[in-house]
Amino acid sequence: MKFESTVTQIQADNIDTDQIIPARFLKTISKDGLGDQLFFDWRYNADGSPKADFILNTEKAKASKVLFAGDNFGCGSSREHAPWALTQYGFQAVVSTSFADIFKQNSLKNRLLPLVVSKEVHQQLREALEANPDLQVSVDVEPQTFTWPGGPAVTFTIDAFAKHCLLAGVDEIGYVLQHEADIAAYEAKRFSTLNTLVG
Amino acid sequence: MPSKPRTIIEKVWDNHIVAEREGAPSLLFIDLHLVHEVTSPQAFSGLRQRGVKVRRPDLTFCTVDHSTPTTPRSLPIVDPIAATQVAQLEKNAQEFGIPYFGFQNRDQGIVHVIGPENGLTQPGMTVVCGDSHTATHGAFGALAFGIGTSEVEMVLAAQTLLQKKSKSYEVRVEGTLKPGVTAKDIILALCAKIGIGGGTGCVFEYTGSAIRALSMEERMTVCNMSIEAGARAGLVAPDEKTFEYLKGRRFAPKGEKWDEAVAKWKELVTDEGATYDHSITIDADSLEPMITFGTNPGMGMAISANVPDPANVTDSLERESLRKALVYMGLEAGQPIAGQKIDVVFVGSCTNSRMSDLRAAAGVLKGRKVSPSVRTMIVPGSQEIKRQAEAEGLDQIFKDAGAEWREAGCSMCIAMNGDQLTPGQYSVSTSNRNFEGRQGKGGRTFLASPQTAAASAIMGVVTDVRTLA
Ligand code: SF4
Repeated sequence: MKFESTVTQIQADNIDTDQIIPARFLKTISKDGLGDQLFFDWRYNADGSPKADFILNTEKAKASKVLFAGDNFGCGSSREHAPWALTQYGFQAVVSTSFADIFKQNSLKNRLLPLVVSKEVHQQLREALEANPDLQVSVDVEPQTFTWPGGPAVTFTIDAFAKHCLLAGVDEIGYVLQHEADIAAYEAKRFSTLNTLVG
Repeated sequence: MPSKPRTIIEKVWDNHIVAEREGAPSLLFIDLHLVHEVTSPQAFSGLRQRGVKVRRPDLTFCTVDHSTPTTPRSLPIVDPIAATQVAQLEKNAQEFGIPYFGFQNRDQGIVHVIGPENGLTQPGMTVVCGDSHTATHGAFGALAFGIGTSEVEMVLAAQTLLQKKSKSYEVRVEGTLKPGVTAKDIILALCAKIGIGGGTGCVFEYTGSAIRALSMEERMTVCNMSIEAGARAGLVAPDEKTFEYLKGRRFAPKGEKWDEAVAKWKELVTDEGATYDHSITIDADSLEPMITFGTNPGMGMAISANVPDPANVTDSLERESLRKALVYMGLEAGQPIAGQKIDVVFVGSCTNSRMSDLRAAAGVLKGRKVSPSVRTMIVPGSQEIKRQAEAEGLDQIFKDAGAEWREAGCSMCIAMNGDQLTPGQYSVSTSNRNFEGRQGKGGRTFLASPQTAAASAIMGVVTDVRTLA
């Protein structure tokens, strides 16, 4: 997983999943069509027309793969619709100083990289973007680097297993199902003594 | 050799490890998987694509709550998309052989209300649900946390979850709550103190005399909002109150099995000498009724306080967040929150929709009238609670006061079912999130206890229940 991209900034702390995708769009039984609903209430007017000044409605953002936001991104609900909407819009990474736990897990399962940077790097990137809004950043998961021309050499941390899954395209559910013998052994040990819920 | 002292969090974790492989997260067994209509359809589709069955339908339980109307059950679901979603869960439950409380079932209710109510939730269990307020079940000493839809599919398929161990965080609450101060105020105070990201990566254990003094329902209120302080889970070690609550419930162990279970559950305490990664102490005596003023649950304060001024915040991003929040909320820096006009009061949600919450609201509303300018909605957490409240005559108190008495569901907590604020409206809500638009696009939410909500309904403005004549 390696790409270059311009950067789309939504600089607010604590962007919650109700902003990323409002609850009323969760009535769907599929994963489709969520990209257009990303940040819906910030993005569209009451009559449904796009707000021209909202960043996600610009052509530049639509071509961008990196969303750059404030601290504690993705807090709130467990809805996986949030990373579905972000990836359907076209993002492959979100850069922030921290992520909410469930959002982070959900993102990794959908090939959306939650890229954590320090406060200093966050500030440096903001300044670099101020100087050059068209700045191109490079993300490379294998060496865990996040760089831009004239910027610091940033290496980010990522859990080794998550990295392996991203790079090798591992299907985690398939991986877990390979543990059939372990699961059966555990069940045999545990449920010989405990009642089950029904029956 | 004496084993190393462990926290209850570590004990529950250790009891559920199925496998540990070098370079991978632990494989954790899940004892109870609760499923609702909103976060599961894509997971069931995934199972079909894989040609995989649900491994343990006997450890899985479905109900509908989120997009479910709270209008009389004799009426059909008007919203066709919601109706499809509700029908889809019913179909999935039948096809995969999972027990199910459907829309018309007499025991339907909010997923985090029906689990404990039916004795599904038990001490020492691992409990998951595609819902971030799964932490509610931690009140029983269970390790309970929210998961995403891919993880729902994983648990359906394998009854296990790939998990990395969280850090432990002791939240000690010592002392005695003053009259008018509730469990909700404890958790709102915690959110205000450590912020909504304060518990990220952690599981809380709530300890201390003020927690021990809480009823099971109150403990559920506290654990419920652990996620609002960033923690994935929060729990309270079980004690006699826990066992008392569970005894005789539908799915609780019976007879000899009950005695065996209680003996096991009694081991679920944090050992003397065990250490936590983080800890904080809250003084219960000094707590006031709390209310939020902003657009996340960490933006809370004592109800007698004034709205903070962004000018006093040093961090630029934080200052900007607060400024934006006040603009959204239409509040002035420095204004008192008490006396702020409101349009709606919502008593409900998995945080505060149980009998004790309804009794608290009824206690304030009895013999009084809600302000004619306020729409007051009382939404019980389950059909069982609804019946019980009606048997006690609470519904009559609510109706006499001019409040609406509705059917069970999430309702205006998440505004997916038609119960919602209109743009600009203010509400005092007993739910758990005040994010922009959470209760309806453009709606503005003050989170508070049922007592505060009821007092505010009467006065038509944000009101400290202790000032009610
Ligand atoms: S009541 Fe609200 S927080 Fe609780 S499960 Fe329903 S939507 Fe989620």
